[in-house]
Amino acid sequence: MIERTPVLDFVTHALLIVSLVALLIPFWIIFVAASHDFHTVNQVPMPLMPGGHFFENMATAWERGNFDRVMLNSIIVAGGVTIGKIVIAALSAFSIVYFRYRLRMVMFWLIFITLMLPLEVRIVPTYAVAADALRPFKAIFELFGISVGLPEWNLLNSYSGLILPLIATATGTFLYRQFFLTVPDELTEAAKMDGSGPVRFFLEVLMPLSKTNMAALATIMFVWSWNQYLWPLLVVTDQQNFATATMQLQKIVPGPVFGEPPIWNVAMAANLIVLTPPVLVTIFLQRWFVRGLISTEK
Amino acid sequence: MAEITLRDVRKSYAKNEVVHGVNLDVASGELIVILGPSGCGKSTLLRMVAGLESITSGDVAIAGRVVNRLEPRERGCAMVFQNYALYPHMSVAKNIGYSLKIAGLPKAERIERVNKVAATLGLTDFLERKPAQLSGGQRQRVAMGRAMIREPKVFLYDEPLSNLDATLRVAMRVEIRKLHQRLGATTLFVTHDQVEAMTLADRIVVMNKGGIEQIGTPSEVYGRPETTYVANFIGSPGLNLLKGAGHPDEGVIKLPDGQQLAYDRNQWPEIGHGPVIAGFRAEAVKFGSGPLSARFDFAEELGIAKLLHGSFGGQAMIVHVATRADLQSGQPFLFSVDPGDIQLFDADSGRRLEEVRAPAASAKQAMPLQITA
Ligand SMILES: Nc1ncnc2c1ncn2[C@@H]1O[C@H](COP(=O)(O)OP(=O)(O)O)[C@@H](O)[C@H]1O
Ligand SMILES: [Mg+2]
Repeated sequence: MIERTPVLDFVTHALLIVSLVALLIPFWIIFVAASHDFHTVNQVPMPLMPGGHFFENMATAWERGNFDRVMLNSIIVAGGVTIGKIVIAALSAFSIVYFRYRLRMVMFWLIFITLMLPLEVRIVPTYAVAADALRPFKAIFELFGISVGLPEWNLLNSYSGLILPLIATATGTFLYRQFFLTVPDELTEAAKMDGSGPVRFFLEVLMPLSKTNMAALATIMFVWSWNQYLWPLLVVTDQQNFATATMQLQKIVPGPVFGEPPIWNVAMAANLIVLTPPVLVTIFLQRWFVRGLISTEK
Repeated sequence: MAEITLRDVRKSYAKNEVVHGVNLDVASGELIVILGPSGCGKSTLLRMVAGLESITSGDVAIAGRVVNRLEPRERGCAMVFQNYALYPHMSVAKNIGYSLKIAGLPKAERIERVNKVAATLGLTDFLERKPAQLSGGQRQRVAMGRAMIREPKVFLYDEPLSNLDATLRVAMRVEIRKLHQRLGATTLFVTHDQVEAMTLADRIVVMNKGGIEQIGTPSEVYGRPETTYVANFIGSPGLNLLKGAGHPDEGVIKLPDGQQLAYDRNQWPEIGHGPVIAGFRAEAVKFGSGPLSARFDFAEELGIAKLLHGSFGGQAMIVHVATRADLQSGQPFLFSVDPGDIQLFDADSGRRLEEVRAPAASAKQAMPLQITA
């Protein structure tokens, strides 16, 4: 749709600029707060121009938050969750779209329903399973009166405990399903005629074709898992070794000691540190991300 | 020996039968064109041979082996699709060579064969391009290369030319014919375009509503249509078909308005009294004078000739005229048709009536025909 309507153009642009400013103000305030010393930041009103203590505050925050270790943890966990989600989503969508089996639609709806059940809703049972991954099987065996000495498999305080319970993804499955549905049947048939089996077709045709989809999913899922707070807080008691970056923020803003103002400048610096990786990932993948979501690759 | 044999092949979707008991024998090296209007079940039939569609009942045999339960890759067929179905993320070379890669051929041999096929199809300069960077005709060639490289026993084409523009279509048609002559592979070619069918086929299978109407060489299908459906479908325009009443004693078909079409009584000795359908080609009409009269409606310009659309005995008729004929709409004109050019069909079933063929034409005919005095 190409129209020449100067008034409308002006209004749209004004609206866009206003929204952009509204969106950026909090980030500016974070940055400004992170660049002043303790006293300036606690003045009322807080100055709106940056001060000269930015690098000092960043160094303090990095130190106090143990970010050397914690950033690595977060990258491992967010990376693991992202890869896990992509693999699981692609495989389950492949099964739902390309295979005819009994209960196929039931499976699809079961996955679809979990869209409405985020982790927070099922956190207690999930914790119970994480505490002993084989417990559901034990329960099933007990139901039939069989006693099998299954070992206890504890996922608490481990990367697998941080990653595995988060990788099931209805959103990803759905996104992949929608993409697979747009792949022409003739392509599948051509692959069949060429002698390709399902696994080869999946790996050599579907996966390369869904690259933009994968980038879109990776962006969303990386940011999402980076921002996870509740679950890491639950499964990690060994905070020295397994804490994630988001968990550290809470430690930097000290508890309400009476009469003590919080150390906002360091807290905001820590904030900046924590939000950098997801921003970088988004900037890096956004070109594919947009293409993946509107999926108009010819 | 028959390379492909179909025995009472049927296909149903849910309870809806779309292919009704098809029987067909395709000789080794033959090029068969399956011709019919859109939705008549051509693709379904082809896909059952390919193994892309299950066979509801009946048998499909390739080289004497029933293949009903075999996977597509085990049947030794290669297929060219209407929309080419090239892998968008692979280069032309990879598209063509993919089946060899799957078959596990060593890379050096693959490259050699890809190059050979590309050279035959004039694709050598495009080997590194992606399908999106090719024109329609080039994509079509890649699709054919992908089929050719496997050196299959059987080639299957599903309307491969219908996405090309008219000029390219003619060129590709010639190429497919040449390719067939060189490779000699048994070929099933599906199309809804009768010109394509006429120019390509060794034999044409005319389909309608999931069944076969007629199987024959292009000249048989054109010259001796077995049913009014085929008569009307083949040729442009199709056969003029006029309902009338048979008068075997006088050797004429009387039209509702009383005009009389004389037919060859020796050729059609067994016509009964009563309703019958008479057919003749637009080209068989001798325009300008004669015992018959029709009303002119409008003309279609063909350049070298004209098609006059008119009404004869209250029924639509088309006449092919080479002369300059300036007629006003509604004006009558005179014409005649040789009795030998009249073909007769049953008014109810639409089937061709039993005839005695002229000696030259019946030489190949094995079935004896009775002649009653
Ligand atoms: N997957 C399907 N499910 C139900 N009906 C189908 C399916 N595929 C084809 N048909 C029906 O079968 C008939 C023949 O289709 P097709 O073989 O594609 O026709 P053609 O190739 O001659 O145009 C059509 O009426 C079509 O609606
Ligand atoms: Mg078709």
